[in-house]
Amino acid sequence: MTDRLLHPTRRRLLAAGAAGLVLPGAARAQSLLAPQPTAPAAAPAAPAAAGAGTGSAVIDVDRARASPIPIAIPSFPGDAQLGQNIAGVITNDLANCGLFRPISPAAFINAGATGAVPDFQNWKAIGAQALVTGQAATLGGGQIQVQFRLWDVLPQTQIQGTAYTTAASNWRRVGHMIADVIYERLLGEGGYFDTRIVYVAGSGPRNNRIMRLAIMDQDSENNRFLTDGRYLALTPRFHPKLDEIAFMSYVNDRPRVYLFNLGTGRQRVLGDFQGITLSPRFSPDGSTVIMAQTTPSGGSRIVTVALNGSASHALTDGSAIDVSPCYSPDGTQIVFNSDRGGDQQLYVMAANGSGVKRISFGGARYGDPVWSPRGDLIAFTRIGGSTFGIGVMHPDGSGERILSESYFCEGPTFAPNGRVIMFWKQTPARNASGAGYSTHLYSVDITGFNERAVVTPTDGSDPAWSPLGG
Amino acid sequence: MNLKMLGAFAAVALLAACATPPVTATSGAGTAVAAGPAPGSEQDLVKNVGNRVFFAFNKSALKPDAKATLDRQAAWLEKYTQDNVQVAGNCDDRGTEEYNIALGWRRANAARDYLVAKGVAANRITTISYGKDRPIALGDNEKAWAQNRNATTSVR
Repeated sequence: MTDRLLHPTRRRLLAAGAAGLVLPGAARAQSLLAPQPTAPAAAPAAPAAAGAGTGSAVIDVDRARASPIPIAIPSFPGDAQLGQNIAGVITNDLANCGLFRPISPAAFINAGATGAVPDFQNWKAIGAQALVTGQAATLGGGQIQVQFRLWDVLPQTQIQGTAYTTAASNWRRVGHMIADVIYERLLGEGGYFDTRIVYVAGSGPRNNRIMRLAIMDQDSENNRFLTDGRYLALTPRFHPKLDEIAFMSYVNDRPRVYLFNLGTGRQRVLGDFQGITLSPRFSPDGSTVIMAQTTPSGGSRIVTVALNGSASHALTDGSAIDVSPCYSPDGTQIVFNSDRGGDQQLYVMAANGSGVKRISFGGARYGDPVWSPRGDLIAFTRIGGSTFGIGVMHPDGSGERILSESYFCEGPTFAPNGRVIMFWKQTPARNASGAGYSTHLYSVDITGFNERAVVTPTDGSDPAWSPLGG
Repeated sequence: MNLKMLGAFAAVALLAACATPPVTATSGAGTAVAAGPAPGSEQDLVKNVGNRVFFAFNKSALKPDAKATLDRQAAWLEKYTQDNVQVAGNCDDRGTEEYNIALGWRRANAARDYLVAKGVAANRITTISYGKDRPIALGDNEKAWAQNRNATTSVR
């Protein structure tokens, strides 16, 4: 039996089995024992003890890309509005990732049938390979309970069954968590739907741009602004575990890296540094920030600093421009951007600053390196002659591929499963007064497939993807 | 392209100077001072000295015309010793955000170092970089980008 608790401030993932620690406003998931499928033809399927992984990952991601998995997600009965809303969130997530093909409800045959076990023939007839059923209920005290089951239609087996109890305000998260379970169980790797995006919301004229931090769910819902726009705010990044963001702010014309606590809304400058501090990222264990610090000689160097501002170490000497450092997920290496060779290129070094080695050799300038959470790829911005590109290469510099190319694009960030990259594009002004200039977020699969605009209420730039559940 | 464009700028600046010559404040007691920048003010710097120097793409080296402007700024600062200044480095936006903040910093420091070499006390000058986030020209062509690659001196 799996029990998971959702902390009210999102960062949840308390240990399994902590069932007694349900917090106010927290969500709790428990597994549902599978009803015995009365499978007429199927081989005796082991009853799916949910969470125990009896169902198979039916298809791999490469095949799903070429042929998205047909899945039926009928509205959950019970609290009909809630059930419809939850099914809508799941459907939207799975459709947008490009690896699933939700079947139109108009095609469903007798979808409202109740009963513990679906009538599989009706779902097989419309070509569904997977089926999601569930139930939504409003409990007392502002709580809801959502049960769902994932079925493999052809063998007529239950793959997963889970019930979530949480505050009603968390209903969208429940939908995302279910979508993540479906992704994981059918594709065999973790999903990324229960995540958020922090980004810079841009508005106003180009020469006096208002740039505010904003945060939203990965599907663009629940957008809210974190800073008021009095000061330029740039390059926000999530802490790997805490409800905290590192970003750069121009408070009082003293551009520095700040930490922003999402729970309290408080921000504080990180450390006491001369010059400008910029381009922060947390270490994989969350204990330090790695960033750049400008030097009196005009260069910039890579430094690390503890979250309380102490124990600062310089890893490069600052005679050149060294910016945009990012750790490998195991924390042993750092990729960064430098012009030490005469032009803006990507370099990798050990976490102690030794063994610096250039990795970008594609006949262009490169910036914004970011290491995949899987460790196997580094994403970057490629600055060509008249176009910019978002691409990936292996950490040794081999296998460079451009995923998206346009007039201007910048700033890749990986989804926590390493499968999708978000970035931003800029459209050029048509005239000298800046008409036509805009910035917008986009996402693309790491194969270059399924590029999509990511909707934001204002212009958007500098996206950063949260960890799963973050 | 760059040089041609900068030539055009210089011509415009000269015309502007001819069209509205700096007004000299008369010293007679009780005489109203005619409109014009107050000596030693930000406006004085902008109008009569030149508050910006321009750079080539992805470069921070000072070109001869930039040095000429900074020579005037150094002389002006020697005259108005009460003024402290900030030198802000800026970039066009055909580059990445973080790198451009560092590049703007290097441009601001190149201008600052020149002023200090000309005798301006280092503690009168602060430097900052806005990277590509505070452009002065709003278009997207070489002419606009050239204007946005600058170090801008302002009175603090």
